[in-house]
Amino acid sequence: MARVGATAPSEALICLRGVAKNYRRGSEDLHVLTDVNLDVDRGEFVALMGPSGSGKSTLLNLIGGLDVPSAGIIRVAGDPITSLSRSKLTTWRARHVGFVFQMYNLIPVLSAFRNVELPLLLLPLSKAERRERVATALRVVGLDDRMDHKPRELSGGQQQRVAIARAIVGDPTFLLCDEPTGDLDRHSADEILDMLHHLVGDFGKTVLMVTHDPRAAARAQVTFHLDKGELS
Amino acid sequence: MALPLVYSVESLRARWRSSLVAVAGIAGSVAVFVAMLALARGFEQALVSTGSPDNAMIRRAGATSEMDSVIDMEELRVIEDAPEVARDARGPLVSAEIVVIVALPLRALRAEGAEANVQVRGIGARALDVHQGVRVAQGRMLTPGTAEIVVGRYARESYAGLEPGATVRLGGTPFQVVGVLDGGGSAFDSEIWADAAVLGPAYQRPRGYYQSAAARLASRETLDLLRQRLTSDPRMRHQVDRETDYYAKASEAMRGLILSLGALVAAVMGIGAVCGALNTLYSAVAERARELATIRALGFGSGAVLIAIVAESLLLSAVGGLVGVAAALPLDGLTTSTLNFQTFSHVSFAFRVTPDLLGLGVAFALAMGLVGGLPPALRAVRVPVAVALRDL
Ligand SMILES: Nc1ncnc2c1ncn2[C@@H]1O[C@H](COP(=O)(O)OP(=O)(O)OP(=O)(O)O)[C@@H](O)[C@H]1O
Ligand SMILES: [Mg+2]
Repeated sequence: MARVGATAPSEALICLRGVAKNYRRGSEDLHVLTDVNLDVDRGEFVALMGPSGSGKSTLLNLIGGLDVPSAGIIRVAGDPITSLSRSKLTTWRARHVGFVFQMYNLIPVLSAFRNVELPLLLLPLSKAERRERVATALRVVGLDDRMDHKPRELSGGQQQRVAIARAIVGDPTFLLCDEPTGDLDRHSADEILDMLHHLVGDFGKTVLMVTHDPRAAARAQVTFHLDKGELS
Repeated sequence: MALPLVYSVESLRARWRSSLVAVAGIAGSVAVFVAMLALARGFEQALVSTGSPDNAMIRRAGATSEMDSVIDMEELRVIEDAPEVARDARGPLVSAEIVVIVALPLRALRAEGAEANVQVRGIGARALDVHQGVRVAQGRMLTPGTAEIVVGRYARESYAGLEPGATVRLGGTPFQVVGVLDGGGSAFDSEIWADAAVLGPAYQRPRGYYQSAAARLASRETLDLLRQRLTSDPRMRHQVDRETDYYAKASEAMRGLILSLGALVAAVMGIGAVCGALNTLYSAVAERARELATIRALGFGSGAVLIAIVAESLLLSAVGGLVGVAAALPLDGLTTSTLNFQTFSHVSFAFRVTPDLLGLGVAFALAMGLVGGLPPALRAVRVPVAVALRDL
């Protein structure tokens, strides 16, 4: 079960020890994260809550290898990603992380199919294999009939589903969702949450989700709170 | 791993308005660039085709052109007797020539009384046998020993009063136009030919003095032998050039001028076009900051993003290049005229848009694309991913 505060090494899928992140703002050092210890096991659905500016996105970015911590170690499946170079980290992201953003972040000029296909271009797959996988991912999110639609031809909820398809298509080690329902109406939000739930329950995916919505957090198995740089 | 090309293509299509502006800018400078090269190329070809590789051009050593050279009768004999010179039943194929510059009224600006310099060549009886690229297109060849002239077809078009049958006063002597010459696009097309023996006295030139001699070689390879013979002969102080080399050299100054002026204009326009491309892409990159950050978050490296943006720029410039080259294409064959600095007379010639110039035009466009695309591309990838994702 996911937990915070452990300092001893663990076998958890995602394991953070003593993670800190400071930003320099002018002459001041901003201590966003001070000492984060977190373990998340395979197949868990974890929610992360906290006031605005508490560093939730910062933490997610660190776990996703988009940024590097000022101190501490992050291990994913036993590998210390904090010792990877920037370019190694880029390659690592392609294999291991599926991102879902609040604003969907689809590529507006590309069709749903091409958007979902994008991460697969980084994997050693044939064109036929890619086509197959994209079709499957879009079927999972219920949009296999919208393959040729551009993002602006889809509703917000549909765009977010395409984004989820893009996040899962490469079969990553875990999914990071930063307020995935933050921009959606309640109905669409429920659809997205059902989908994440389904991915965890039926496909054994591991999901870390930042949210402001207690209803969304309630769908997760565990909820942690981030405040003043610490996780509880 | 690179991003698919459709991404670059679609991104350009999505911003088609500003893309079009950038394409137009690039096309404009490429068109000018190619036009200038075609002008220089045409001038060079006109002069070079004036010469024949089978002919030797003989003039006084140190003379920069035909104008300040001299050959007397005795020297002409030496040339005609040289075994390296071709001959037939009628004798050696040598044309001893003089050149005078005459101002004639321009046909197009006749009302204004504008005149331009035309080169009048006094020729020997064997001129048409020596200058084998020239033929009589209309009327007949002049009769040696008479005050008759034949006019090049461009000269006939450019100047007033050169139609066959007309009379032209040259150095006070009335000459009658009896034919029109076709010089095959060479500088001869811009000349008027008269018998040297009649033209010389009309200009108070001493009888028996010429300025240059054009000699047909017995074979192309005998040029060096002829040069050796004439330059080692104590009676001669002359230099011997292959005619093609002489005219190529003669075209250099003008070509240089056209090329440097052309380079200047193309460079100025090119800088404008590059700025246009830079502007288009800088704003494109700024607008797409989140999209590009997302692509990098997915695991595409900086290199892939860099290439995708430069590819956009190169696509823009390739289209611009093709449009520009296509716009310059109709210039091919269009005739124009300019002053030949060596002789201060007008030479008409045609723009020559050759395939290599088209290639150069496209290369110029791609170079502009690279210069215009790299800085925005670098800016896009310099921002750390996490920061770029925040800045929405
Ligand atoms: N690149 C950066 N440079 C400077 N300060 C930063 C940077 N990234 C984040 N911060 C600061 O770190 C703090 C945490 O930011 P973060 O985005 O992680 O908060 P959050 O919990 O996700 O907030 P929200 O709920 O509003 O999304 C904020 O005060 C933010 O201004
Ligand atoms: Mg946030």
